[in-house]
Amino acid sequence: MADKSFFIDTTKCTACRGCQVACKQWNKLPATKTFNWGSYQNPADLSFSTFKLVRFREVIREGKVKWYFFPDQCRHCLEPPCKDTADGYVEGAVIQDDATGAVIYTGKTRMLSSSAFQEVRESCPYNIPRQDPATGLVAKCTMCFDRISNGMEPACVKACPTGTMNFGNRADMLDMAKERVAALQKKGFKKAQLLDADSIRTVFLVVDDPMLYCKFAVAQNDVGISRKLALRKLMKPATGLITSVAKL
Amino acid sequence: MTNHWIDIGNSDCILIMGSNAAENHPISMKWVGKAMDNGATLLSVDPRFTRTSSKADFYTALRSGTDIAFLGGMINYIISNNLSHKEYLAYYTNASFILGKKYGFKDGLFSGYNNKTKSYDKSYWAFEKDKEGIPKRDHSLKNSRCVFQQLKKHFSRYDLKKVSAITGTPTADLEKVYKTYTASGEKGKAATIMYAMGWTQHTVGVQNIRAMAMIQLLLGNMGVAGGGVNALRGESNVQGSTDHCLLWHIWPGYLKTARASNVSLTAYNQKWTPTTNDPLSANWWGNYPKYSVSFLKSMFGENATPSNGFGYDWMPKVDDGKAYSWLDLFDAMYRGEFTGFFAWGQNPACSGANANKNREAFSRLDWMVNVNLFDNETGSFWKGPGMDPKKIKTEVFFLPCAASVEKEGSITNSGRWSQWRYKAADPPGDALPDGDIMIELMNKIRKLYQVEGGAFPEPILNLKWDYTTNGKYDSHKVAKEINGYFLADVTVKGKMYKAGTLVPSFAFLQADGTTSSGNWLYCQSYTEKGNMAARRSTQDKSGIGLYSEWSWCWPVNRRIIYNRASVDRYGKPWDKEHPVISWTGKGWSGDVPDGGWPPMLTADGKLNPKTKYPFIMKPSGHAHVFGPGRADGPFPEHYEPLECPIDKNLMSGQFINPTIKEFGTAADTRATCDPRYPIVASTYRVTDHWQTGVMTRWQPWLLETQPQLFCEMSHELAKLKGIKNGGKVIVESARGKVEAVAIVTIRFKPFMIAGTTIHQVGLPWCFGWVTPKDGGDSANLLTPSIGDPNTKIPETKAFMVNVRKA
Repeated sequence: MADKSFFIDTTKCTACRGCQVACKQWNKLPATKTFNWGSYQNPADLSFSTFKLVRFREVIREGKVKWYFFPDQCRHCLEPPCKDTADGYVEGAVIQDDATGAVIYTGKTRMLSSSAFQEVRESCPYNIPRQDPATGLVAKCTMCFDRISNGMEPACVKACPTGTMNFGNRADMLDMAKERVAALQKKGFKKAQLLDADSIRTVFLVVDDPMLYCKFAVAQNDVGISRKLALRKLMKPATGLITSVAKL
Repeated sequence: MTNHWIDIGNSDCILIMGSNAAENHPISMKWVGKAMDNGATLLSVDPRFTRTSSKADFYTALRSGTDIAFLGGMINYIISNNLSHKEYLAYYTNASFILGKKYGFKDGLFSGYNNKTKSYDKSYWAFEKDKEGIPKRDHSLKNSRCVFQQLKKHFSRYDLKKVSAITGTPTADLEKVYKTYTASGEKGKAATIMYAMGWTQHTVGVQNIRAMAMIQLLLGNMGVAGGGVNALRGESNVQGSTDHCLLWHIWPGYLKTARASNVSLTAYNQKWTPTTNDPLSANWWGNYPKYSVSFLKSMFGENATPSNGFGYDWMPKVDDGKAYSWLDLFDAMYRGEFTGFFAWGQNPACSGANANKNREAFSRLDWMVNVNLFDNETGSFWKGPGMDPKKIKTEVFFLPCAASVEKEGSITNSGRWSQWRYKAADPPGDALPDGDIMIELMNKIRKLYQVEGGAFPEPILNLKWDYTTNGKYDSHKVAKEINGYFLADVTVKGKMYKAGTLVPSFAFLQADGTTSSGNWLYCQSYTEKGNMAARRSTQDKSGIGLYSEWSWCWPVNRRIIYNRASVDRYGKPWDKEHPVISWTGKGWSGDVPDGGWPPMLTADGKLNPKTKYPFIMKPSGHAHVFGPGRADGPFPEHYEPLECPIDKNLMSGQFINPTIKEFGTAADTRATCDPRYPIVASTYRVTDHWQTGVMTRWQPWLLETQPQLFCEMSHELAKLKGIKNGGKVIVESARGKVEAVAIVTIRFKPFMIAGTTIHQVGLPWCFGWVTPKDGGDSANLLTPSIGDPNTKIPETKAFMVNVRKA
């Protein structure tokens, strides 16, 4: 099995949330009790039971309303800082599949202490990991490892009606993504860009400033740049930078 | 849809107006996206900025209920700027027809109006005919009384400034939409419209669609790939249920429901079979008796004989001039005119306009049978808000039925494709497929009539009733009956067809009782070659995505209807890149043509006497730019909604549609230009819930994404009313009130209407009090039970409310 990646083309996303619900269905995740909080986005955030969440943001750009949708999920980093952090506490709590590159949280995450989990979460440049307060297990997108290991697409990709969610060999996904960026730039979307494409396996395409889509659309701390740096951070986790980012 | 979903990908310009395709028809955006990848422009026009708008190249807003003004402006723009497809307009439409002297239009009223009956004498709108009885024409379109010149005159009043004052759309935005869309008037270009209930649910609903159909004819966009008039149906099988006569005014295949005055089969056929004196008009409906008789044979089998008019007398008749639409039935129920009611696969306590009236009406019944998957606000109305169970006499029976995936059968999608579906699982518990419920019910009724007799037992006892296998409902037997059988050995065009075999297509149906067909439009769907709807070939020989061997579509598997207008008079496609059909010199290649006749002109430019005009369903063979069949006028005209925020119609002295009929019960209150209800409201749906939510509100994952009734409004209105985003509000109309969560958003903006600031809000109608308990109730508690004069579709897209902090 070759190195895998997602390509998420937000210009095609209609926020139907087929991906969000399909993720829950395949992974047998329960619904959480929600309330309308003045937004279509629900649940309000990722959680232990919500690995995939379409974020809704409305902004005015050059006098025109824009409604941006961001089907958020784990980026499956090439060099996952969450794994580096977790390895410092419980070996095997976070593993990375050699063939696909999928970053997977195992049952051993239960052994991470509350503060260790906080470190794992803070080390994630995209604010993805979530802990079940009842069991201590930490969870997030699995790349539908059970599906892709059996020749199937991830559930979110299978459910997507518009071509927003794509999955395949990394090289193919990057080619597709770059071709799409070129086409959009030609059409006049000067800010069409891929987000952190070189360091992650969930490559988003956006056409405006990434921060307008999601606070963590691009990496929001300097962990994850290199394994060495990540390890250094591990030694001294509560830097001012990380703390301030976590408060954002 | 005159075209189909995949065909949207062939378009050069897509207007989504009167629908919110991205949210309510998510898969459609796959094809919209494909068109855009190929360079198409997407335009979104909607009172609010939707998820559809978020994908559009250009978005602009209009006030709810002003679509005719908006589209009238586009018609004016096409004519003023000489942008129409001239050859198409002159030869394929009735733009060239000369109107009779009695036609006229003055101050919002067409000639022939009767103020007492609130209706028109349509004879005032007749065409002038020559001595052969054929409408006179002027193909130069210059005659001052030709349709085109009258159209020009009528819509010259819809100038940008006036349209803007009515719609609230800035003139620059109007021009931008008009210019972009009408570029498709160029030969070889196609633009399409995707509309839904945002257009139909108005007191001018039919004329909204008419206005767009006229634009498509002016631009030559009917019959071509990437064009057409495309209604996005609100349920997966609405098209199928309409084809098979869900509505009161039709029999299957759009045959007419018999009126009391149609005293015999002969009188019935004579009344509803159109005629033409023009030898070049195919007048397809001239075949009417073949379809009506084949239908009666299907209903009554061997009991239908020539001597008894094939059982015509056993068919129910409706009173002339009386309507039996949804609104009329609930009005009659409210007034106690009938006492029993089957609510089958529906939830009128939430889905019907003026839901309080419907809920009150239920309490006047003796009994109700609620056939559904889940408990709902209809079956449990007696314990609902404001009801005292002790005072309600209605006895309610609940029959659990199978879901769509728990039974086998066909569904017909918006693109008219009838697709066979297999059963995936058994229904739970005692739940039965609808077919089995009907079989059991009818078997019992027939037995009771056999044993006890009763008034007029013939229709019940003479019914052909053999749709079971081993005592169970057999969907294949029904599908075959719908297609139809030869009932005797019949020779057609020299070939003999054996009695008992399935009819190959409707061209073989007979008016003498030797064929049956439950629905002539579906004749060819299940033949001796097998179940056409079950075909699953992914080959596309057409190159334009017709996929002619995937499922089957009516009529006769024609994927794009009116396709003989996709070619010029020599039979050459207007659009060489996306040819739908093409004349080879001997016959047509491509899609199944609208009749196999040769093109209008021979290779040397002479009229071919063997040709037929392309719009074969019209007696004149020409598409209707001038539509004399509508209740409210041959041309669309802007009227204000029944409830509106301004005290006069800027177009004329006629305030509202002069042909609408209001109901008179105590529940039918209304408030127009009333300071108590100063805000325009509209209802709509969300992606996450299905219709009233009967199926989806029990689904935790869907409830998680959309948990509660909300009311969307602008920051400006919220500030005015002291409302905070996420806070609770009360929304009330002259008919009812609901509590909702406020979504304060930049996607709503106030309108400047004739110099006044007008606010608009919107609410989804997918919630109800049964579940979830904190989800709120139906937005239809607010809406008025007033209908379009042609269809009686209620005006739930434009009405007046007030909003206040809860």
